[in-house]
Amino acid sequence: MSEPILSIRGLTKTYRNGPRALDSVDLDVRAGEIFALLGPNGAGKTTLIGAVCGLVRPTGGTITAFGQDLSRDWRAARARIGLVPQELATDMFETVWHAVVYSQGLFGKPSDPARLEEILKSLSLWDKKDAQIRALSGGMKRRVLIAKALAHDPELLFLDEPTAGVDVELRKGMWEQIAALKQRGVTIILTTHYIEEAEEMADRVGIIRGGRILMVDEKRAMMERLGTTEAVIDLAAPLAQVPEALAAFPVELADGGTRLVYRGGNGQGRGRAEVADLAQALTRTGIGYTSLDIHDSSLEEIFVSLLGKEQEAA
Amino acid sequence: MMHFSARSAYAIYRREMARAFRTAFQSILSPVLTTSLYFVVFGSVIGARMEPVGGVPYGAFIIPGLLMLTLLGETTSNASFGIYMPRFTGTIYELLSAPVGVAETLTGFVGAAATKGLILAAIILTTARFFVDYQIAHPLLAAVYIMLVAASFALFGFILGIWADSFEKLGIIPMLILTPLTFLGGTFYAIRDLPAPWDAIALANPIAFLVSGLRYSFYGVSDVPIAVSLGLTLGFLAVCVIIIALIFRTGWRLRE
Repeated sequence: MSEPILSIRGLTKTYRNGPRALDSVDLDVRAGEIFALLGPNGAGKTTLIGAVCGLVRPTGGTITAFGQDLSRDWRAARARIGLVPQELATDMFETVWHAVVYSQGLFGKPSDPARLEEILKSLSLWDKKDAQIRALSGGMKRRVLIAKALAHDPELLFLDEPTAGVDVELRKGMWEQIAALKQRGVTIILTTHYIEEAEEMADRVGIIRGGRILMVDEKRAMMERLGTTEAVIDLAAPLAQVPEALAAFPVELADGGTRLVYRGGNGQGRGRAEVADLAQALTRTGIGYTSLDIHDSSLEEIFVSLLGKEQEAA
Repeated sequence: MMHFSARSAYAIYRREMARAFRTAFQSILSPVLTTSLYFVVFGSVIGARMEPVGGVPYGAFIIPGLLMLTLLGETTSNASFGIYMPRFTGTIYELLSAPVGVAETLTGFVGAAATKGLILAAIILTTARFFVDYQIAHPLLAAVYIMLVAASFALFGFILGIWADSFEKLGIIPMLILTPLTFLGGTFYAIRDLPAPWDAIALANPIAFLVSGLRYSFYGVSDVPIAVSLGLTLGFLAVCVIIIALIFRTGWRLRE
């Protein structure tokens, strides 16, 4: 594996009179990937981003970006990092054009109107460049924030809840824009509490809760490892116990013996094949059934069950 | 190693100036109106019945004090709003995430405040000209002094805007401290004309030194030597810079 673009070790943040927002976080992000940080509200996602981007002073730990220690070489590193905040925080009376010109200059870049034009066009904001930001819709305001973050051509881009409060159609558009950034070679770290979003876009997913990273893995590997298939079979007549012929299957009876529930598989289709075998076994043993409902667990269920286990352990 | 990005500082400066020009109507009209009112009342109506102070006609005598009054108030509130509003609305994230340190930030914010101070002074002096005749004895010294005072109080306002966590706190220092001290700091009278012990007590007010210094640059007369006024202003400026450097170093109220 190549050198990570961002490497976090033992990152801890305790707010004054507050809880521990980050508890010894270790995390590596690879160049060119989309990394999704998934967690419920208050899990520490925004604090983690803030610590890397200079908004939050860490209590302990080290952050290395592009091989440079952020506590020492913060100027050089920050010039290559972009941040799109969660809140729609921007000077509402400024025009779109002035806002991006400011961002480019603030990050020490020479004035490059052609590049800014390109960025605004790619975000469908070019015809709004002379409009005051307050006159724009919520989705456009968020795109202005993205344009501002891109004005200095960052190699590492943080998107804090990029689609919070954005309707379904715009959310799809946002995903396309983020995918286009990845195409251009930008490494993207996004936080979300929409599992669908992580599932749709991310190469790797990190699950964070209570300031601790519970798990980091390839999205596919995570689904394979933790994914399951559940099948619910309504029986024609109730059974007192699971028949001998079905003992090999991970099944149990529910609802007073009127239902047979299968839970198993690996998130890669083995479960579905096994349910087909189960159905044939039922027919062979002469057990009648009236309906069969089958579904694979999504990242969402993995997430919920992981958090559930975490809570039991706590 | 010391880094300084002139581009970043200029970006901040230009944005602060643009912010002022967006509200140009208010930032020009309000000092013009206030100054005119002062001159109508104290300059023309009351001033006509007053004895000259130290050889300077009363109407002209109060110009430096009135200028100082507006300059301190406007510069402090402008600079404090300039940093408080981004903190309040969250737009400060961009400044904090940028490769920008205390030097660029202060050059941008304070440079803009000093520029605005000079423009404001020019507006007030032009307005005053319609009411009273006056000559400026040391115009260069006056300009330098006005810039120094504007820069110092822009720094002071910057600290205020970082310290304040409510709009109430933002307004309380200018209202409860700056304005009374300026009124009592010899804006409308010469300190040495006060009966003892009030002349000595009045000199415990640092703003009296500022007014006196500016009056010296105008008319060559002052309550305290100009070197003392300049020294005090420079000292205040240095203290403010040190406080702000400490704020950036510790992240107090900025990176908590």
